[in-house]
Amino acid sequence: MSLLKYESQLREPLVDGNKNYHQVTEDIIKPIESKPTRLWYIGFYISVLLLLFGVYSVYREVTYGIGQWNLNKSIGWGWDITNFVWWVGIGHAGTLISAILLLFRQGWRTGVNRAAEAMTIFAVMCAGQFPIWHMGRVWMAFFVLPYPNSRGPLWVNFNSPLLWDVFAISTYFTVSLLFWYSGLIPDLATVRDRAKTKLRKLLYGIASFGWTGSTKHWQRHESLSLVLAGLSTPLVLSVHTIVSFDFATSVIPGWHTTIFPPYFVAGAIFSGFAMVQTLLIIVRKVMGLQDYITLGHIEAMNKVIVLTGSIVGCAYLTELFIAWYGQNPYEWYVFSQNRANPFTPYGWSYWLMMFCNVVSPQLFWSRKLRRNIAVTFFMSIIVNIGMWYERFVIIVTSVYRDFLPSSWSTYYSPTVWEIGFYLGTFGLFFTCFFLFAKYFPVIAVAEIKSILKTSGENYKAKMTSIEKSDAEKFYIEEVENAH
Amino acid sequence: MAGGIKKFVVGSFDDEAVLFPAVKKVRKAGYKIHDVYTPFPVHGLDHALGLRETSLHTAGFIYAVTGTTTALSFMSWVFTKDWPLNIGGKPHFALPAWIPITFELTVLFSAVGMVLTFCYLCQLSPFVKKHHFHPRATDDLFVMAIECTDKTNDAELQSFLESAGAKEINVQVAETGWWIGRYDREQKLYREEKGY
Repeated sequence: MSLLKYESQLREPLVDGNKNYHQVTEDIIKPIESKPTRLWYIGFYISVLLLLFGVYSVYREVTYGIGQWNLNKSIGWGWDITNFVWWVGIGHAGTLISAILLLFRQGWRTGVNRAAEAMTIFAVMCAGQFPIWHMGRVWMAFFVLPYPNSRGPLWVNFNSPLLWDVFAISTYFTVSLLFWYSGLIPDLATVRDRAKTKLRKLLYGIASFGWTGSTKHWQRHESLSLVLAGLSTPLVLSVHTIVSFDFATSVIPGWHTTIFPPYFVAGAIFSGFAMVQTLLIIVRKVMGLQDYITLGHIEAMNKVIVLTGSIVGCAYLTELFIAWYGQNPYEWYVFSQNRANPFTPYGWSYWLMMFCNVVSPQLFWSRKLRRNIAVTFFMSIIVNIGMWYERFVIIVTSVYRDFLPSSWSTYYSPTVWEIGFYLGTFGLFFTCFFLFAKYFPVIAVAEIKSILKTSGENYKAKMTSIEKSDAEKFYIEEVENAH
Repeated sequence: MAGGIKKFVVGSFDDEAVLFPAVKKVRKAGYKIHDVYTPFPVHGLDHALGLRETSLHTAGFIYAVTGTTTALSFMSWVFTKDWPLNIGGKPHFALPAWIPITFELTVLFSAVGMVLTFCYLCQLSPFVKKHHFHPRATDDLFVMAIECTDKTNDAELQSFLESAGAKEINVQVAETGWWIGRYDREQKLYREEKGY
């Protein structure tokens, strides 16, 4: 491998420390084999508590109806759909890292892709809860599926963006799960082959599907990963595009705009990377994986954040400009009054969104701040708050003043069960994430090994001297060995 | 299922830089490499072993086309033949509105189909068990298994592997296929008296 690829010595190593293949296995798989730390238990129990609170909140909503939430006649979509879009968006970073960065041959993805993909799956699971429970009569949820039924058969409306969403989200979840798990199989086999206890051998034996590491299997695995990446790339763009169609194809001022698809996708990647930062900064610290998730990785992700944050900012301004330029009084009213006027009931949320998503990420133009962990962690939280408000602004400020001014006065604020549902999805997300961090390799072991000799600190150091002393000989050896 | 019981000389290497020339030498000497087991995908090893390119992506394309056709034909049938709905006087055959679902089903069919095909071709499934020549083949060793025929001189082959740089060499009699089994149990498919 190392003989086939050469990486410039100017590039920062992706794996720090004096590592060999076995050391990589040890470092990443050790936490699975040892008992969880106290911190893990505390985090896990808090998550489970939140999840239980969420389950109870949903129970209330199902038993007593949607009235348990403070939605009203003009605000039919409130926290629920805001949270849905927010969670789906968060999921997008995982696919971006694992698929788009794979196609772009970005070596640094290997350190973060596994955890980011897991995050995608859990985030999509959380997102899915909102439209499902928002149906009210959730026992009718299967009506969204086009199956031959005894009512005609009366089919679903394939022309409706809400149905497109059903297909988009379920496809996205399935494909992400397949992509993630097919990548996990070889690593689970590593855990299986190191297992000491019977139970672990049994469970990881089942989970690793009898993987041997045969060359032919690896060849097919590589082909599979590449094609799945190729499929996931347009898929991830389509998913948030379709989510934005839920709004853009309607005729509500503030929603009816063609900029939504690219703007939603950029925002999704933006918030997703922020969530990846939040999670990985904790994971690398708690699990001692600083050698694999280096400052370089954090910096690379911060670059994506400043890029996508600026795209989002550009979209906000374009939207605002077009609302004025388009000369539609209703559209302009939504923007000039409901959003940009800080003295209207929700004006503050627009400016909070502007500050969190557009102004604050500009800090990351500074290399020093990009490589500062405390700043990054803080910023990742700010960005996620900002992105939550973006969805809130889009949804609520467009509908709370509808076409009938007499129904304007209602001020929408969530009930405890609405908040509880949201907190419950945090519980679900973190419960899953804690279990994942404990029982699965959080970093793709095989992929790290495949870049170790090109991007490992110790190997790079070795190469530098050879390269400098006899460049021509170095080149010939490399090329000769490669063929 | 059962691929047959064969005898192998197994050499384990700890560096892919040594493995590549060794593969070349072993093949040149006329030995038949059964397989090389590696902890990560070693690029170019498939070519070095003379394996043909996989056609998995072609299968993926066929599944994708199946998805596209399924989606389009199903939606057309529903909205033009089975239950045409008048939605604001718009055409029944609303192709642009079907693009999102068509695309999603294309991706879904392709991804699911490819993963299933991958599992089928590599015989991967829960409760499938295979012979592992070295437990560290998933950790840090590159394990080359060479199939012995009646004419093979084991001792000669072993010393040949040693000269090629193998760190650990042994002879194993193994089942080449897969069987239903659990990794927490020692299971043998063949009886000892069967030969070897």
